[in-house]
Amino acid sequence: MNKQLEQRHRVVQVITKFLTPMILLFAFYVQFHGDFGPGGGFQAGVIFASVFILHGLIFGEGRTRLVVTPNILRISMSLGLLLYAGTGVVSLLLGGNFLDYSVLASDAVSGQHWGIFVVELGVGITVAAVMISLFYCFSSNRFLDRIPFKIQEEE
Amino acid sequence: MPYNIHFPALLIVLPLMAAPLCVIVRHSFFSWLIAVVVNICVVLFSVSLLLQVIDGDVIRYTLGGWAAPTGIEYYIDTLNAVLMVVISIISFFSLIYSKASIQAEIAPQRYYLFYTGWLLCLTGLLGIVITGDAFNVFVFLEISSLSMYMLIALGKERKQALLAAFRYLIMGSVGASFILLGIGFLYAATGTLNMSDLALHLVDADQSRTVIVGFSFITVGLLIKSAIFPVYSWLPNAYQYAPSAVTAFLAGTATKVSLYVFLRFFFHVFGSEYSFAEMLLGKILMPLAIVGFFAMSIVAIFQTDIRRLLAYSSIAQIGYMFAAVSMATEAGVAAGVIHIINHAFIKTALFIAVGCIAYRLGSSRIADMGNLIALMPWTASAFIIGGLSLIGVPLTAGFVSKWYLVTAAIDSGWWSIAIMVLLSSLMAIMYIGKIIEVFCFRKTTENMKGADVKEAPLFMLIPLWALIIISVYTGINGSIVVGTAELAASQLMGGML
Repeated sequence: MNKQLEQRHRVVQVITKFLTPMILLFAFYVQFHGDFGPGGGFQAGVIFASVFILHGLIFGEGRTRLVVTPNILRISMSLGLLLYAGTGVVSLLLGGNFLDYSVLASDAVSGQHWGIFVVELGVGITVAAVMISLFYCFSSNRFLDRIPFKIQEEE
Repeated sequence: MPYNIHFPALLIVLPLMAAPLCVIVRHSFFSWLIAVVVNICVVLFSVSLLLQVIDGDVIRYTLGGWAAPTGIEYYIDTLNAVLMVVISIISFFSLIYSKASIQAEIAPQRYYLFYTGWLLCLTGLLGIVITGDAFNVFVFLEISSLSMYMLIALGKERKQALLAAFRYLIMGSVGASFILLGIGFLYAATGTLNMSDLALHLVDADQSRTVIVGFSFITVGLLIKSAIFPVYSWLPNAYQYAPSAVTAFLAGTATKVSLYVFLRFFFHVFGSEYSFAEMLLGKILMPLAIVGFFAMSIVAIFQTDIRRLLAYSSIAQIGYMFAAVSMATEAGVAAGVIHIINHAFIKTALFIAVGCIAYRLGSSRIADMGNLIALMPWTASAFIIGGLSLIGVPLTAGFVSKWYLVTAAIDSGWWSIAIMVLLSSLMAIMYIGKIIEVFCFRKTTENMKGADVKEAPLFMLIPLWALIIISVYTGINGSIVVGTAELAASQLMGGML
C-alpha cells in the first residue's frame, strides 16, 4: 500500500477508527444484555468479529493479523467451546444433569441465569474467533509475508 | 447417587471437550495421548451402559434437566448400547494403529488436527447413536460428517484425497439436507422432535401427506448416507484415498451408523407396520439391496487396487444388511444387526492389514503383493483370516452373520434371497481368493524386489490382531453377539415406548 493509496482511503480510515469502539461496545451490549433482550452469543460474536473484518478490509489484513494473531484465534476458538462444555461439567459436579443450570447458584432462577450467561459467553468467543479466521482464510494471503514487511519499512 | 448415572452425558462430552484441548495443546504426541485416554474412557462408559441395559432396561438421560418431549434426551436401549461399544472399540484400535500409520501419510504439523478431527468424528458418531431426539441426530450427523470430510482430505495423494473428500461432501450434504427436510416435515406434522414422542403422535397422523413426504425424504437421505447401491458413488474414492487409519475407522462405523438411524426411524419412530406394510419400504429396498450385493461383488472381483476392492466389498456387505433389514421380521432385523457388528470388526481389521501392507510396500496394487505371506507373515495371515470371515467360512464371524441372514430369509419364505446370498458369497470367494493367491503363490514382482519389505511395526500389528481375535471369537462363540442382537431386534420390533 503506497502513500497515495493510503491518502485516498483517509476518510474511510478515520471513520473506521471512530466506529470501532462503538461497534465493540454494541457487541458487548448484545452479548451481556442478551439474557434480558434480543441478542446472544452468536450475534454478539459476529458483531465483535465484524470490527476486525472491517479493520482488515480498510487497513489491510496483514495489520489485523498483527493485532489478532492466528494463534490467539486458535486458542480462543477452543476456549469458547471448553467454556460451554465446562459449564455442563460443572453442573454435573454440583449434582445436576449435564447442562442443568439450576444447580449453579443458590436458587434455580439465578442458576439458570448464570448458566445461560457463561454458556453464551463461550458461544460468543468461539463465533468471533471462527468469523475472524474465516476472514483470514478467504482474504488473500499471497502477499501475507510482504505486508508486515512494508509496515516495518514505513516505520 | 450411583456413580454411573452420568455416563450417557460423559460419553459424548469427553471426546467433545478433548477435541479443542488437542487444538490448544498442538503437540503431535500429546494430542494422540489425549485421544487414546479419552477413547479408553469412552470404551469403559459404553461397556458399562451396555451392561446396564443388557437385561432389557432402557436408560433415559435428560439433558439440562428438561424432561423428555420438551428437552433433548439420550435414549439408550440394547441396540444403540451395543453399537456404541462397537464404535468405541473400533475407534480405539484404529487410534492405536494411526500412531504409526500416519507418519507415512500426513505432515507432522497436521497431526494435532488429525486427532482433533478424529475426536469430533467419534463424538458425532456416538451422538447419533445415543440420542433420542430426531433433530439431534441431524446435528451429530453433521458433526461426524464434517470431521470425516476433513480426515479424508488429509490423505497422502493430496489431489485425489481432496477430490474424494469433496465428492463425499457433496453427496453427504445432499443426504443430510434430505434428512433435515424430512425431520422438518415430521415436526410440522406432529410438533415434536423426540423420537418416542414422534412415534406416539405419528400413529394419529399416519395418513397425512406431510408425514409421507417426510418419510420419503428421510428414506432418500439415509440411503445416500449409508451408500446403498444406486447412490454409493462417494464411497470407493473416499475409502481409497483417505489415510489408512481413517479408512479403517470409516469402514467400521460411518455407514453402520446410518443404518442404525435407518432402523431407529423406520422401526421405532414410524413403526414397522407403517414403513413396511403401508409404505412398502421393503419392496423398494430389497431389489436395491440384492442388485447392490450382486453388482458390487462383481465389480470388486475386477479391482486391481486392494483398498478399492475392499471398498466395493463394503458396499456389497451393506447390501446384505439392507436385505436382512427389509424383511421387516424380528429374525431379519437381528440378522442385520449381527452383520453390522461382525462386519464392522472384520472390515476394520482388513483395512488395517491393508494399511500395514501399504506402509511397508508403498503400494496398494494387488499385483505388487506377491509372496507377501513369506515377507509379512503376521499381516498377511491376519488379512487371510479376515478375508475368510468376509466370505463366511465356518468358525469366523462372517459365517455367523450369513447363517442368520440365510435363516431369516428362509423363515420369511424368501428362498430366492437365500440362494442369491449364497451365490454372491461365491463371488466373495473369487475376490478374496484372488488376493490370497497373490499372497501365497506368486513370486515377488520385479519392481518390488528392491524394496525393503519386512513385517509391519508391532504397534500396527497389535490392533490388527486384537480385531482379528475379536472377530474369530465371535465366530466361534456367536452367542454373545447373537443374543444381544436378538434382544435389540425384539426391543425394536416390540414398539419399545
